[in-house]
Amino acid sequence: MFTTASTTSDKILQMFAAILLFAAAVGVILFAASRVSGKRDRAVAALYLLPTVLMLSVGLLYPGVRTIYQSFFDASLSNFIGVDNYTKIFTDAEQLVVLRNTAFWVLVTPFAATGIGLLYAILVDKARMESFAKALIFLPMSISFVAASVIWKFMYEYRPDQRNVEQIGLVNQVIVWLGGKPVQLLIESPLNTFLLIVVMIWIQAGFAMTVLSAAIKAIPDDIIEAARLDGVGPWGMFRFVTLPAIRPAVVVVLTTIAIGTLKVFDIVQTMTGGRFDTNVIANEFYSQSFRSNDKGLGSALAVVLFVLVIPIVVYNIRQLRRSEA
Amino acid sequence: MTTAAPLTTTPVSKSETKKLSAAATAKNRLTSPWASLAAVVIAVLWTIPTFGLLISSFRPEMAIKRTGWWTFFSDPEVTLDNYRAVFDDGGINLADFFLNSLVITIPSVVIPLCLASLAAYAFAWMNFPGKNVLFIAIFALQIVPLQVTLVPLLQLYVKAELNNTFWTLWLSHSTFALPLAIYLLHNFIKEVPASLIEAARIDGAGHVSIFFKVLLPLLTPALAAFGIFQFLWVWNDLLVSLTFAGSPEISPMTVQLSNLSGTRGTAWHLLSAGAFVSIVVPVTVFLLLQRYFVRGLLAGSVKG
Repeated sequence: MFTTASTTSDKILQMFAAILLFAAAVGVILFAASRVSGKRDRAVAALYLLPTVLMLSVGLLYPGVRTIYQSFFDASLSNFIGVDNYTKIFTDAEQLVVLRNTAFWVLVTPFAATGIGLLYAILVDKARMESFAKALIFLPMSISFVAASVIWKFMYEYRPDQRNVEQIGLVNQVIVWLGGKPVQLLIESPLNTFLLIVVMIWIQAGFAMTVLSAAIKAIPDDIIEAARLDGVGPWGMFRFVTLPAIRPAVVVVLTTIAIGTLKVFDIVQTMTGGRFDTNVIANEFYSQSFRSNDKGLGSALAVVLFVLVIPIVVYNIRQLRRSEA
Repeated sequence: MTTAAPLTTTPVSKSETKKLSAAATAKNRLTSPWASLAAVVIAVLWTIPTFGLLISSFRPEMAIKRTGWWTFFSDPEVTLDNYRAVFDDGGINLADFFLNSLVITIPSVVIPLCLASLAAYAFAWMNFPGKNVLFIAIFALQIVPLQVTLVPLLQLYVKAELNNTFWTLWLSHSTFALPLAIYLLHNFIKEVPASLIEAARIDGAGHVSIFFKVLLPLLTPALAAFGIFQFLWVWNDLLVSLTFAGSPEISPMTVQLSNLSGTRGTAWHLLSAGAFVSIVVPVTVFLLLQRYFVRGLLAGSVKG
């Protein structure tokens, strides 16, 4: 039951065994809880929380602390080396490219995706076939980053500029139609990083649009009516009515996308594998930890990622507090 | 994490057609034809990439290699060979990976739902010392990036001799899901009127029967929203699978597709068909359960 399942029936059996095992555990807990007489919440609560606390301590808390500890060790995790891993991240030429690219990602993606999402939400608001129009933009959100990467890799496909060779990637074909020469889109740096960012924008715009559209629809009618009676124009309406009203939603969208972008791994891994100067922290973490086996440096990269997430979250919470006050 | 604010389900606007929203006014004055044109341009830009690969997946291998997919309209050639090739036993064997994806995903949804329901109930309707501190601690764990846990987790799995089994994925995905699941379900359970619980209690119901008879039926929308979000999250995951399930016996479709893109990056007849086989499930879920889907996705978008 705890071994590698290799045949189809083994896999399915093991799956049901796992579900049953956890169902049985829940059953035991419920049974024990029903035995505890009436009013003693404390014992019942302890039982209900036991599996959660156990799994979170072993599966999240301990590994998190352990990673911080290991980030001060060398590649094989046997010698303490102080802050050397961190020094390397912030001075080594290769690592600086990783940091630069991560900065590009985090600065461009949230604003571009939110801008496009907001524009589209306004454009299709109360239009005919609004829900269909929204579904088109939202659909990329449901597929895996890997599939999205394959889709876009095909868009960026390059064929050498020779007679009898036709482009099969749409982007290069458009360049040729416009009279240009085809470009090795995924190899030219830093262009390639921005082309990978496009994929993330393509995925996230639907998220931004959905949240912002809901926020726009929640603006009370009487505010709009009052503004119109005061003779506020379309731009003024957007600037002084819509935008202030949906500001909390915009902050949430921006910060959510920023956090997601910071941790982007699948796109880089699938499209370039981090080569051609497209590496980012999350991908470099994976390569160092599991490919180059420098677990110390890998751990330090994970910690840097964690530290970078914190200010975004704090900003988000602060803005929400302010808007609730 | 803090997506609670815009989560308020779209108040189905009392759409009296006379009254226009602020956005609609802004749009109207943008001289409507231009606004429509802009919307159509964005919609087309967003659809074309997927559409191009979809068309390609039905074109013969030679045609994909030699000409762009847009030539399909002047010279249509349709084949199912690519789909046959990805399911071929000797080759990519996508059926096996499809099964792996299913086997990985189902327990990874069911397990955290069960455990989180218990915990959320305890947080919402029981009193015990340290309740608030523990709840905030679990809530805060949502912001921990998965990357921070992976190296020590792998060491633990190796020590427990669980490496290269589905257990690594079931346990990891379940654990990572708990903070968000507890938070969402707790918010939902809290909304249930206390009088309902009180009435049941006066009737002599214990915590167990209150949970099953009173709360569970009310919880269905929340369970569905989280269940769908978690299903897609696990189905679409690459990082966790690549870390713990590198061997083809247990790895899911995302891993196989990503490998294929790296090793046979120009085999577009395989990549295109493979991509669409992996897309079919999430898109079906999306189309069938759009409402729950959007709610779950919005609530969980900061996870991981």
